[in-house]
Amino acid sequence: MKQFWKSMLRSPSGVIGLVILLLAIGIAVFGPLLFPNSPWRMVQRPFLPPFTLSTVPLGTDALGRDVFAGMIFGARVSLLVGLVSTLVALVVGVPIGAMAGYFGGKVDDALMRFTEFFQTIPSFALAIVLVAILQPSIYSIVASIAVVSWPPVARLVRGEVLSLRTREYVQAAVVTGQSNTWIILREILPNALSPVIVLASLMVATAILLESSLSFLGLGDPNLISWGYMVGAGRTVIRQAWWITVFPGVAILISVLGLNLIGEGLNDALNPRLSREGR
Amino acid sequence: MSKRVLLGLLLACGLTASALAQEPKTGGVINAVIQPEPPGLMLAMVQNGPVQMVSGNIFEGLLRYSPKLEPQPELAESWTVSDDAKTYTFKLKKGVTWHDGKPFTAADVLFSIEMLKQTHARARANLVQVDKVEAPDDYTVVFTLKQPFGPFLGIFEVGSMPMVPKHLYEGTDWKTNPYNNAPVGTGPFMFKEWQKGSFIRMVKNPNYHEKGKPYLDEVYWQVIPDAAARSVAYETGKVDVLPGGSVENFDVPRLSKLKDTCVTGAGWEFFSPLAWLWLNNRQGPLADKRVRQAIMYAIDRDFAKDVIWNGLGKVATGPSASTIKYYSDDVPKYPYDPAKAKALLKEAGYKGEKIRILPLAYGETWQRWGEAVKQNLIDVGMNIETISTDVAGGNQKIGDWDYDIAFTYLYQYGDPALGVGRNYVSSAIAKGQVFNNVEGYSNPEIDKLFADGAVATPDSKRREIYEKAQKILVEDVPVAWMLELQFPTIMRCKVKNLITTGIGVNDGFKDAWLDK
Repeated sequence: MKQFWKSMLRSPSGVIGLVILLLAIGIAVFGPLLFPNSPWRMVQRPFLPPFTLSTVPLGTDALGRDVFAGMIFGARVSLLVGLVSTLVALVVGVPIGAMAGYFGGKVDDALMRFTEFFQTIPSFALAIVLVAILQPSIYSIVASIAVVSWPPVARLVRGEVLSLRTREYVQAAVVTGQSNTWIILREILPNALSPVIVLASLMVATAILLESSLSFLGLGDPNLISWGYMVGAGRTVIRQAWWITVFPGVAILISVLGLNLIGEGLNDALNPRLSREGR
Repeated sequence: MSKRVLLGLLLACGLTASALAQEPKTGGVINAVIQPEPPGLMLAMVQNGPVQMVSGNIFEGLLRYSPKLEPQPELAESWTVSDDAKTYTFKLKKGVTWHDGKPFTAADVLFSIEMLKQTHARARANLVQVDKVEAPDDYTVVFTLKQPFGPFLGIFEVGSMPMVPKHLYEGTDWKTNPYNNAPVGTGPFMFKEWQKGSFIRMVKNPNYHEKGKPYLDEVYWQVIPDAAARSVAYETGKVDVLPGGSVENFDVPRLSKLKDTCVTGAGWEFFSPLAWLWLNNRQGPLADKRVRQAIMYAIDRDFAKDVIWNGLGKVATGPSASTIKYYSDDVPKYPYDPAKAKALLKEAGYKGEKIRILPLAYGETWQRWGEAVKQNLIDVGMNIETISTDVAGGNQKIGDWDYDIAFTYLYQYGDPALGVGRNYVSSAIAKGQVFNNVEGYSNPEIDKLFADGAVATPDSKRREIYEKAQKILVEDVPVAWMLELQFPTIMRCKVKNLITTGIGVNDGFKDAWLDK
C-alpha cells in the first residue's frame, strides 16, 4: 500500500488529478453548508454579468438565479451520479466477467453474448431511451448510466480471469478442493483488480459526462440542479450571457480531466512493470 | 428589456397608423416562418395553429373580425338579425369564385356547415343552438336558432367556419379527397406547392372578389424546425415575417432592435390566449379553497411577465382575458403577497404534503416558468416536486386527472360562452380530454350562470351574468390564472398592413403590401 502511494504521488498527473478530485468532493460535501441558498431561488436581476456583485460572484442566469450556487450544488449531483452509477456498473460487471472467465465454455458463451447485446447498442442512445421511458429522475439516470457502462467492465474482468485461472497457485487451490466462489473471490479477483480500478476511475469521468449530456438534453432530474442542466438551460442565450454556460462547462471539463489524470496516475502506480522502470 | 419591447410596440403602432395613409403598392414576395410545419392544409379537416395560419389566407369565412372583435363583411356582405334574436339572415357577396373558377353560392355554405359538423369539433359545438339552415336563393342564407344565442355572430371566422367548395367535396370520401393536399378556396391566395420540410408557396388569386387585392404576388411559408435557426433566418434576411410564437421570448428583444424591424403584439385578440395552472380540486390540499388562494398570492406573476415573457402580455385578473367580451376587473385581487399565502396555508392546515407540478413541454420559456413557479411555492413553505414529461405524456396525465398542478394555456374565442365556460361548468367534466373542466370544479351557481349567459338577451343582461360569474370564480380559484399571453409578431417595417384583424397573420396577407 505504501508502495502504491509512493508511486502514485511520484506521477505528476496523478497528484494533480487527486487534488482536483479532493477539491471537487470538498465542494460537493461542504459547499452547500457554506452557501445554504437554494440554487433555484431568484435572488438578483436576470442576466447579471459575473464579477459585478460579491453576493453573486459568477452572475445570474435567465431567471436571476445564482450561477455560483448552481455550480456548488451541481457538483454534488454530478459527483454523486458519477460515483454511484460506476459502483452499480462494477457490481454488475465484475461478477459477470469473473464467472465467464472462470467457468469458460457455455457459461462464458452465454454471458458474453449477453454482454455483447448491450455493447452493440450505442450507449448514449440507449441511455436516452432508458431515461425517457423511466421518466427522468436521479434514480433512472443512475440506473441507465450503469446499464450502459457495465459491459466493458465485464469484458475486462473476463480477460484478466482467463489469464489468471491457468496460473499454478489457482490450480493448486483447485487441487486442494476449495470452492469455486472461494477461489474467485480470494485467489483470482484480488489479482485482477488493478486494471479494474483504473477503468473505474475513467468510468466515473464518463458517467459525469453522460449525466451532463442527459441533463443538457432536458432529461435530467427536474428537481436537482446539475452542471449539464445549467449548460443546457443557458445554451439558448449564449450570445447574450456567456457566463451561464461557460462556468458549469468549465466545471465539467476540470472534473472530467481530473478523473482522467487520476486514471493515468493509477495506471502508472498499479502497473508493476511501469512503476519498476520509473525507479 | 421590457421597455424596449414596449417602445417597439409603440413604434409599430405608429407605423401602422401612418401606413394606413399611404397608398398600397402592388407586387412583391414575402417569406414568412411557419412553425411547426402544418400536418395538412385542409382547414375543414385539421385546425392546428399553423394550419389556420396558412390556410386562413386560402379559405375564407362568412365574416372577419376587427381587433375589437366586431364582425366585418367577407363572403357575406350584410346580415340582419330578427327581433326575437333567433333568425340570422346573411346576404352573400355576388361574383365570388372558387380558385378553379366555379361560382361560390349559398349551396356551398349549406354544404360546408354539414361537413364541418362532422369534421370540426369546435364548429359542431358552436352550431349546437342552430335549429336549421336554409338557402331561399343562391345568395341568401338563413340560420334559425332554437333559442337566442348571444355569441352567434362570433362563430363565422375562417378558422372556426371555413367555406368549402361543394363541387369538389360532395359525394367524395373527405379524408382521402385529393384536394386536401391542394386546397381550393375563395381566398386572396391560391395554393401553389408544398415541399415537405422546406416551404409552402401560395400565389396571388388574380380573380379575387375584392378588386385590387391582394397586393402581393407570392407568399412563401418557410419551415425551419429549430428556434435558433428561425432567429438567424430573420437576421440574415431569409424571412421577413416571424409570426407570434415562432422564436423564443429571449430572442424577441434582440431581434426587435435590428434595423428596419417592427414588432407588434396585435392580431391575437380573437384567440386571447390565457395561461393558467390547472389545480386539481378533487384531492389533497388543493381541494381546500384557501390553499388555492394561497397559490395565487404566492406566485409572483409580474416577475413571470417581466422576466420570463420579456415584458410581453398582461397579468390575468380572472377567467376571462381583458380582450374578450364582458371582461370585468371588478373581482377579488391576488397581488404577490408571500406572507398572506403563508397565513392562508397555515389556516388551511397544510402540513407539507407533497404536491406535484407539471410544466408545459413547449420549450425553454415554459420550462423556466415552471421552475420559477415551483420556487415561488417552495418559498411559502409548500413541498413541490416537478414531474418532467413530453407534450403527449403531459396531456395524458392531465386528461387522466393524474396531477396536482399543471401549466396550460387556452384560446378564448372572443366570448365567454365560446371559450371560458367550458373550463368551469360541471357538465364539461369528462375524463380523457385536456381542454375542458380538467380541474374538477363543480358549482351549481356557476353552471346556471354560464347556461343563462349563453342565451340571455339583451347584451346588458349577458354582461351582468358574466360579471357575476367572474366574481364567484375569482373568489373560488378553481384554477390559478397567470398571464394573458402575447405572441409578438416580428417583421420588416416594409411589410405593411399585415395585421389588421383580430386573428392577425391568419388572414392578414389579404391586405398586406410591400413598401419597396
